[in-house]
Amino acid sequence: MKDQSPVGRRIVLGMLGFGAVGIVTGARIQDGLERFLRPVTQNDPTGLSSFVPTAGRFRIYTVVFPMPERSDDEYRLTVDGLVDQPLELSLADLKQRPQTELIRDFQCVTGWRVPEVHWRGVLLRDLLDEAVVSDRATHLRLYSFDGSYTESLSLEQARRDDVMAAHEMLDGPVSAEHGGPVRLYVAPMYGYKSLKWLERIEVVDQEIPGYWEERGYDVDAFVGGSNGRQGDDPT
Amino acid sequence: MTPLESELAVPAASVETEDLRRFTGTERALHWTTATLVLTVAITGLILYVGQLSALVGRRDILKNVHVISGLAMPVPLVLAYVGRGRDALRADIRRMNRWSPADRRWLLSRGRQGGNEVGKFNAGQKANAAFIAGMIPVMMATGGIMRWFEHFSVSTRTGATFVHDWIAIATWFVVAGHIVVAISKPPALRSMFTGRMPTRWARRHHPVWANEMTEERN
Repeated sequence: MKDQSPVGRRIVLGMLGFGAVGIVTGARIQDGLERFLRPVTQNDPTGLSSFVPTAGRFRIYTVVFPMPERSDDEYRLTVDGLVDQPLELSLADLKQRPQTELIRDFQCVTGWRVPEVHWRGVLLRDLLDEAVVSDRATHLRLYSFDGSYTESLSLEQARRDDVMAAHEMLDGPVSAEHGGPVRLYVAPMYGYKSLKWLERIEVVDQEIPGYWEERGYDVDAFVGGSNGRQGDDPT
Repeated sequence: MTPLESELAVPAASVETEDLRRFTGTERALHWTTATLVLTVAITGLILYVGQLSALVGRRDILKNVHVISGLAMPVPLVLAYVGRGRDALRADIRRMNRWSPADRRWLLSRGRQGGNEVGKFNAGQKANAAFIAGMIPVMMATGGIMRWFEHFSVSTRTGATFVHDWIAIATWFVVAGHIVVAISKPPALRSMFTGRMPTRWARRHHPVWANEMTEERN
């Protein structure tokens, strides 16, 4: 019929146009939206805003099923490998060590960022000194009690004053979904380096790529200087 | 009406009790394979996207692979059906869905209260749904491809692709949920996507122009 028009085609072309414009300008729009919505998404008791595509909040990633859980009483952290004094510390032992507090952003390699997260824990440096690391040692291999997740750090990175075994974040004990009772927090690096459900720190003499690193992510994962994400501000 | 009664009925009435052929086997297979893939990416995508669900389900690497593979497979049924043996009926229906009459617009704007007597094989809601899905697939494949093979793209492009992917995903959830709700509330229409046939009476009421074409053809 003459009076019919190809609206279907126009809808398809319109969506393709939205996609193309969105790919080019989306970063700016997203940034503006996040700034605008951050006060809402950070204080949202309903949790509904977690369905809105903005950051300013954590997204929970786990690599195994079900999510690993361990009670505070059962929890032990082992430091072993190339050390003179292997350690096995309970949560209470950790809390008796000198505590460090940090307020730093958490940046995920997939793009989201949570500003000014409050962290509390024991510097890895202090644990390594207590265990007396051998001269041959060069790296750490870190294990999660989920049985799959591992991470790696060079000794130099691990001895920074912003790398800790954290037992508090977001003004409370580290919850199971955030990797509690104790998780790693590697402040200057992307989130996957901050291994969750930390169970064992093995001191080794070689770099052994961790779980995500075997899946293509950088071993030296400094925010803004790795994984092709030069646009991120360092944390 | 029992088979015996329908044989005894006068010819004019029997025309009205017979079903009309609405969808070919190719079209139904295309609909249901695409539907399965869309539901798969919708569910895996929702889990990957919502933190609480990710924490509940875990196995992020497997979910991600299922999501990506289902997404890449999505246009395959359409392409096969478009060039395959049953292509003529499919192409004719695609042409019908593409073209909108002024009555279609009135029908959509009045939410089905006006223009109903000019509705053809597809109403404006069905046409809009089909066009949205047809546009959604390439946009999601392109933006999803950028997210999956991110190392080849700039940070700004990746963020833009994620932005588009997120919002079109949310829109698709609403469109697909609406499509399913309407389908369930109109059993003869839903059944026609399983059996390929639609009762003439239903077609006369909801697709009068098409019903006329079909019965004239038959007579």
